[in-house]
Amino acid sequence: MSTFVQTIVDGLGRGSTYALLALGISVIFGVMHLVNFAHAELITVGAYLAYFLSTRDINWWVLAPAIVVSAIVASVATERIAFRWVRGSSPFTMLLTSFALERLSHALWQVFVSPTKKSFAGPAWVFDTFEVGGIRFEWMDVATIAVTALVLALTAFVFRRTLFGIAVRAASEDFDAARLMGARANRVIAGAFAFAGFLAGVAAALILMRSPSAEPALGSDYLIKAVVAAIIGGLGSFTGAVAGGLALGLAEVMLRGYLPEGVWERLTDAFVFALIAALFIVRPQGLFTVRSAERV
Amino acid sequence: MLRVEHLTARYGAVVALRDVSMHVDEGDLVAVVGPNGAGKSTLLNTVAGLLKPVNGKVLLDGTDVTGADPARLVRAGLALVPEHRRIFRDLTVGENLQVAGITASAADRRLRLDAARQRFPILDSRWDTAAGHLSGGEAQQLAIARALMSDPKLVLLDEPTLGLSPVMTDVVFDLLAELHERGRTVLLVEQNAHRALALADRGYVMRPGEIAAEGPGAELAARDDLFATYLGGGVG
Repeated sequence: MSTFVQTIVDGLGRGSTYALLALGISVIFGVMHLVNFAHAELITVGAYLAYFLSTRDINWWVLAPAIVVSAIVASVATERIAFRWVRGSSPFTMLLTSFALERLSHALWQVFVSPTKKSFAGPAWVFDTFEVGGIRFEWMDVATIAVTALVLALTAFVFRRTLFGIAVRAASEDFDAARLMGARANRVIAGAFAFAGFLAGVAAALILMRSPSAEPALGSDYLIKAVVAAIIGGLGSFTGAVAGGLALGLAEVMLRGYLPEGVWERLTDAFVFALIAALFIVRPQGLFTVRSAERV
Repeated sequence: MLRVEHLTARYGAVVALRDVSMHVDEGDLVAVVGPNGAGKSTLLNTVAGLLKPVNGKVLLDGTDVTGADPARLVRAGLALVPEHRRIFRDLTVGENLQVAGITASAADRRLRLDAARQRFPILDSRWDTAAGHLSGGEAQQLAIARALMSDPKLVLLDEPTLGLSPVMTDVVFDLLAELHERGRTVLLVEQNAHRALALADRGYVMRPGEIAAEGPGAELAARDDLFATYLGGGVG
C-alpha cells in the first residue's frame, strides 16, 4: 500500500511538470493554431541561465525566479523574432518555423557554450524525505505538486477572471471575431506567449532543482512528453492539457514501478506510447473535446 | 461619416467588389440589399478591416482607414455585427460582453455592462450561461449588445435576421429602429430587402460586385422593377 501511495505521489510530481508544459503548448495552439515544437527550449534557456548564475554562487531563491523570468522573455522573443513573421502562413510553415527554432537553439548552445553537459548544485533539501503514517515522501515531490497546484489556480484565475484571459479564450475560439471586438492581435498573442513562457519557466525551475544540469538538447525529452500530454487532453483544451500531463506522469511512474526490472523496465516509454495509441483508437479527439480554433 | 470611394476587393482571382462607392451620413440608417453573391458582406468586411481592398478608399470621419486593422477601427468608432453572429460560444454571455468592452476603461466597461443588462433582459437572465447554449434570437441580441459595448459611432450589421424566426426577426427590426431613433448611425446589410429599405433613410441595391441603384429607402422599397430584377420578386 505504501509503495502504491508513493508511486502516485511520484507520478503526480512528474506529471505536474508535463502538465505545465502541455498547458503552455495548448495556450499557444489556441491563439495561433501552432504546435510549438520550440516550447521546451525554454527549459534549456532557464538551465543555462541557472548554470551561469550558479557559478557566481547565487542561491536558489534567486535562481528559481530568474529561470521563470528568462523563460518568459525567451518565449516573447521567439514570438517577436520568428512566429510573428509567419503568422498568416500555412500551419506547415509555422510548424517548420518551430522546428527550425528548436534546432537553432541546440546549435547555438553547442557552438557558443558547450556540447557537453554542464552540471551545477541543486538545492540541498531536494532529496530530503519525511514520513507520514509509515509512508516516506520526498519534499521535492510535494513541493512540485504544491507549486503546480498554485500555478494552475493562478492560471484558472487569469483565464476566467481577467480581461486578458477572457480575450485569449475568445481569440482561441475565433480570432477575427476577437479583433472585431477591439482585441489587438499582437498583444493577445504576445501575452499568450508570455503566459506560456511563465508556465514553462515554473516547470523548468522544478525540473532543474531535481536535475541541476544544462545541455543543448535538454528540452527534447520534455518536448515530446508535453506535446503528447497536450494531444492526449485534446489540443487546445486547457483542462485537457493538465489532465493529459498528470495521466502521462502517472502512467510512466506506475509502469516503471510495476513492470519487472531489466528489459521490461527499459520499455516503459514504449508501453506508455502503446497506451496512448490505444486511447486514440477509442477517443481520437483526446480526453476533452474542443472546437477547432481559428488561426490568425 | 463613412465614405467608400471606388472600392475594389477580390478573393483570389474572383472580383467581389468592382469600383463601389457609397456613403453613410451621421445619424442615418442605410440599408444595402441585393441577391446572394452581390458582394454585400464583402463590402462590410472590407470596411471593417477584415479584407484588404485592392483599390479604393474607406474614409471614416474624413480619415483614411483603408485596410486598417479591425481593432484600430473599433477604437475609431466602428463596430461590426458579423454574418452568422460569431459569438464566442464557449464564453458566457457576460464574458462575451466583457471582451467586447476591451477598448473601454474599467469604469466605462462596468457602466456599459450595466446598461446592456438593462437593455437586454434576456441576456441578463442568462448572464452566466455559455453563449453556445443561446437560441438564435438570443444569440443575435448578444451579437448586437456586444457591438454596442464599444459605444460605436457607426454600427455595421451583416444579415442580422438570417435564420431567425418571424417573431425574433421582429425583435431585431425593433432593435434596429430603436438604435436609429437614438441617433446611432447604422449600415445594414439585410436579406429582408423590403423591410430593410422601408426602415432606412437611404438604401443601395447591389448586383454582383456593383451598386445597381441608390436613393431614399422608401423610394427604393416601392420600386417593383428593382425587386423583379435584383431581389427575386415583387414588393409585396
